[in-house]
Amino acid sequence: MIPGQFVYHRPASIAEAVAVLAAHGDEARPLSGGHSLIPMMKLRMATPEHLVDLAGISELKGISQQGQTIVIGAMTTQADLIKSDLLASALPIIRETSLQIADPQIRTKGTIGGNVANGDPGNDMPGLMQCLGATYHLSGASGERTVAARDFYQGAYFTSLDVGEILTSISIPVPPAGHGYAYEKLKRKIGDYATAATAVILTMADGKVATCSIALTNVSSTPLFAEEAAQLCLGTSLDAATLKAAGEAAKSISDPAADGRGTAEYRREMAGVVTARALAKAASRAMKGA
Amino acid sequence: MGVEGIGQSVVRKEDKRFITGKGKYTDDIKLQGLTQAHFVRSPHAHARIKSIDTSAAKAMPGVVAVLTGSELVGDKIGNLICGWMVHSKDGSPMKMGAFPAMANETVRWVGQAVAVVIAETKNLARDAAEAVVVDYEELQAVVDVREAVKPGAPQLHPEAANNTIYQWSIGDQSATDAAIAGAAHVVTMDIMNNRLVPNPMEPRSAVAQYDSADDHLTLWTTSQNPHVARLLLSAFYNIAPENKLRVIAPDVGGGFGAKIYVYPEEIVCLWAARKIDRPVKWTADRSEAFLTDAHGRDHVSKAELAFDADHKIIGLRVHTYANFGAYMSLFSSSVPTYLYATLLSGQYNIPNIYCEVDGVYTNTVPVDAYRGAGRPEAAFLIERLMETAARQFGMSPADLRRKNFITQFPHQTPVIMTYDTGDFNASLDAAMKAIDYAGFPARKAASAAKGKLRGIGISCYIEACGIAPSKAVGSLGAGVGLWESAEVRVNPVGTVEVLTGSHSHGQGHETTFAQLISTRLGVGIDTVQIIHGDTDKVQFGMGTYGSRSGAVGMSAILKAVEKVEAKARKIAAHLMEAAEGDIVIEGGEVKVAGTDKKMPWALVALAAYTGHNLPDGMEPGLKEGAFYDPTNFTFPAGSYIAEVEIDPDTGKTTVCNFTAADDFGNLMNPMIVEGQVHGGIAQGIGQALLEGTVYTGDGQLLTASYMDYAMPRADDLPSFDIHHTCTPCPGNPLGIKGCGEAGAIGSPPAIINAITDALGHNHIEMPATPDRVWHAIHSRMAAE
Ligand SMILES: Cc1cc2nc3c(=O)[nH]c(=O)nc-3n(C[C@H](O)[C@H](O)[C@H](O)COP(=O)(O)OP(=O)(O)OC[C@H]3O[C@@H](n4cnc5c(N)ncnc54)[C@H](O)[C@@H]3O)c2cc1C
Repeated sequence: MIPGQFVYHRPASIAEAVAVLAAHGDEARPLSGGHSLIPMMKLRMATPEHLVDLAGISELKGISQQGQTIVIGAMTTQADLIKSDLLASALPIIRETSLQIADPQIRTKGTIGGNVANGDPGNDMPGLMQCLGATYHLSGASGERTVAARDFYQGAYFTSLDVGEILTSISIPVPPAGHGYAYEKLKRKIGDYATAATAVILTMADGKVATCSIALTNVSSTPLFAEEAAQLCLGTSLDAATLKAAGEAAKSISDPAADGRGTAEYRREMAGVVTARALAKAASRAMKGA
Repeated sequence: MGVEGIGQSVVRKEDKRFITGKGKYTDDIKLQGLTQAHFVRSPHAHARIKSIDTSAAKAMPGVVAVLTGSELVGDKIGNLICGWMVHSKDGSPMKMGAFPAMANETVRWVGQAVAVVIAETKNLARDAAEAVVVDYEELQAVVDVREAVKPGAPQLHPEAANNTIYQWSIGDQSATDAAIAGAAHVVTMDIMNNRLVPNPMEPRSAVAQYDSADDHLTLWTTSQNPHVARLLLSAFYNIAPENKLRVIAPDVGGGFGAKIYVYPEEIVCLWAARKIDRPVKWTADRSEAFLTDAHGRDHVSKAELAFDADHKIIGLRVHTYANFGAYMSLFSSSVPTYLYATLLSGQYNIPNIYCEVDGVYTNTVPVDAYRGAGRPEAAFLIERLMETAARQFGMSPADLRRKNFITQFPHQTPVIMTYDTGDFNASLDAAMKAIDYAGFPARKAASAAKGKLRGIGISCYIEACGIAPSKAVGSLGAGVGLWESAEVRVNPVGTVEVLTGSHSHGQGHETTFAQLISTRLGVGIDTVQIIHGDTDKVQFGMGTYGSRSGAVGMSAILKAVEKVEAKARKIAAHLMEAAEGDIVIEGGEVKVAGTDKKMPWALVALAAYTGHNLPDGMEPGLKEGAFYDPTNFTFPAGSYIAEVEIDPDTGKTTVCNFTAADDFGNLMNPMIVEGQVHGGIAQGIGQALLEGTVYTGDGQLLTASYMDYAMPRADDLPSFDIHHTCTPCPGNPLGIKGCGEAGAIGSPPAIINAITDALGHNHIEMPATPDRVWHAIHSRMAAE
């Protein structure tokens, strides 16, 4: 398990990183926590000639609140997300999701930027970011731009990132206080990617769902924003029939591959199960919060 | 018996070095001028090698040599052998296809070595390996035994028509057929035993050094039996005569059977070290471990268990296809025959048994012994049948078992084994009591109230370990004897060195063996050094596998220490002017019984070495050796009960409770025994729930990393509840039965029986993944 030869760069600023990436085009890759990229390099499935380590860029780190928006730097690790008091109170679903990613060693290295930029359908953060309506801030040789998480993913390992572009931060609108949330992930074992997972954020008014957002992880080549399933929940008390219908709606947009976690049929069924469970859990939290 | 004597849970001496990172493993060996080997491996499951072009690789920076299979042939390096001759029922010998250390004409599994690059560093070797160009002509591959034996299937070896190595049988066919034909009830099942990847924590590694001045080779290797390795390397692989070859197995991080065998990489490293006259190191990465460590199990069986009207078993008929993979590994032939079919009687009185086993080649990693080796397959088969029979009869599974338990010993089964002793009711009682079997219905109701399915499953296993005696295994085709040797050396100051042919790779021999010396000579365990794993130090030995080191290895040590005691008593009697028969060795002193005359143990040792005042004609020194060949196998047995809860929506199984009641005879160190049982159960639960080895139809191993192959984790396991019953083994002086494999043998049927109990039907295969369990629930619901 030895990677091929590469040149290692460690820029100190975003501008410098963008310049190094621009200079090497296709042959360069940004490196964050390395817990997706380095295994691929060791298997020689990825063979970048230039590795641009973002670890030395302090402007990429940190979590802050700007009005009704929370901004998370790309180099913030999953362990940092778990430790953050700000996230724990304003966006507890991020902590809940992070705790279900891999294991403590990996979470100490793996970053939110790498997780969402990677484009692996197995990553948990992309679905969550779609659920939360997050916006990605990208920086490249031709300047800066933003892309909505819901528009970012085009296929497995295929995103809106242009060659040479880096993701610098993520901004997330803060859901209302007392919202209900849940990240339900079914997996074979600790350290595994999801058999199926669902993120839910909702608000309740008078025992009925007032707003609802749902996204699915690892049941297609991209994360799936489950608009119809969410729509079905609005105005209901999330009774059994609604949960079932929402689960069916989630299943209908799922198109999982058969893999070690199960057959396609099973994994699609599980998309329905975790969706219903996430909705029920989110609703009960919203009721408790209210 | 002192606090450090046998029977005490003495903390393991070796753990200090392991848990402080000071263990010395093969990959830690550093030598001047060391080169690094990287193997070029076949990406195809079956292909003809048209050509290998090494010229570009040879020109890469830091490359010392690039060697291929044709050069091995040129240097007359022998093919790998299977060392246990098994004959088909028609009397013909097994069909062994040539297994070269590097393929030179045909590759037969993904991962088979075709060339080796040796370079100044690992990275350079790895880079240059990319530049070796192998031109393959792909051939059709076959991975499933049932496909491999069909007419028209791709053929692996010209020697083996229909890919069949042997069609072996045991037992009385006509009597069994007659019993089944006349039975009141016959339970018939198709039973699969899934292929497993052994996954010791330390990957395999080899370092070979050539001393041109003495024309002498040294091999450091991850071996469970370095003497056997040396014998094979000398006698069969033509590496060097035994006196010119030293094999050292230093600290070894787990084996589970996978490190019994001599592998191609060790042969190639030794051969290359001489060729380039520099030391060569190879250490597997985890991907190579998945693709090259001998796999385990992989049986497809049809079984019929016949009962009379009173639910007494009258016959068992079994046909098994055993998947051997692409080549016959070292002991592969014995595993699905003498280690499997001979245990099919389980704990039951079965008057007639007949079993046929077809050994079959496929384009997969070679299969050989893995923790339990044959006995888990036997226990799974008979215990699944018993569970199914009980369900079919509407009887309690415990009662059906009790009705058929063997209760008289010794008991001759119809399949070779003579069970020496046991008390199967006692272990079943203990396990049922511990798990509160009577309280299960209430727990099931509580689960049902939460929407969960709960099930309980019993497994009453018996196994045979400490394989012996040599004469018997020789008559069954074994190429080696299965005794053990030991030497006990008392130093002039009274401290002790024990040289043993057993090899510890996690079993704690440095502690347990020292406890035996402490008990016998009354010295502290810190004054006892256990020496193993080096052919230059220990004269010969058979190594550690098959739970043999307690029953066989310690018995050899006991025999040697008895000789030491006898000589010490003579010396002491002479010095204290007493009768030899009155001398007792106790608490570090040598005493004359019934008097206050005594002398310290150390002074007796010193007297032996000064030689100033010894009985007439006695040789100086205090050192004795022994070879111990047991009279029979030992038969550990026990009852395991698992309780599971299933989430019917997701199919996920949670093991809520797991109780084991084992009869291992006398326990030398209960803490170490318990650790062995824990590890074994964890592996068994891994087999039952998680570990599925999956090949594509064209022979690619899909589960070749920890991302894809699901090993059990702590959170997949309950806290095990371990109990012991005891019928001392009459076959060895310490009354030991062996405990290293029981956990892995007894647990899979307990788990699957519990799942089928929860589901209310039988249709589930290992590993019982959530997907399979979910399908088992929902396809059943659809069918109803
Ligand atoms: C055993 C194991 C289990 C895991 N289980 C899970 C799991 O259950 N769920 C889960 O979500 N993840 C899991 N992961 C992945 C882990 O969370 C990764 O750390 C994460 O996906 C990628 O983050 P990283 O910082 O390590 O990125 P890297 O590995 O450094 O990079 C990943 C990819 O993104 C690119 N990239 C990185 N940063 C940027 C950036 N700022 N801008 C543009 N491109 C960038 C890289 O070039 C590369 O292509 C697991 C990993 C392992 C090893």
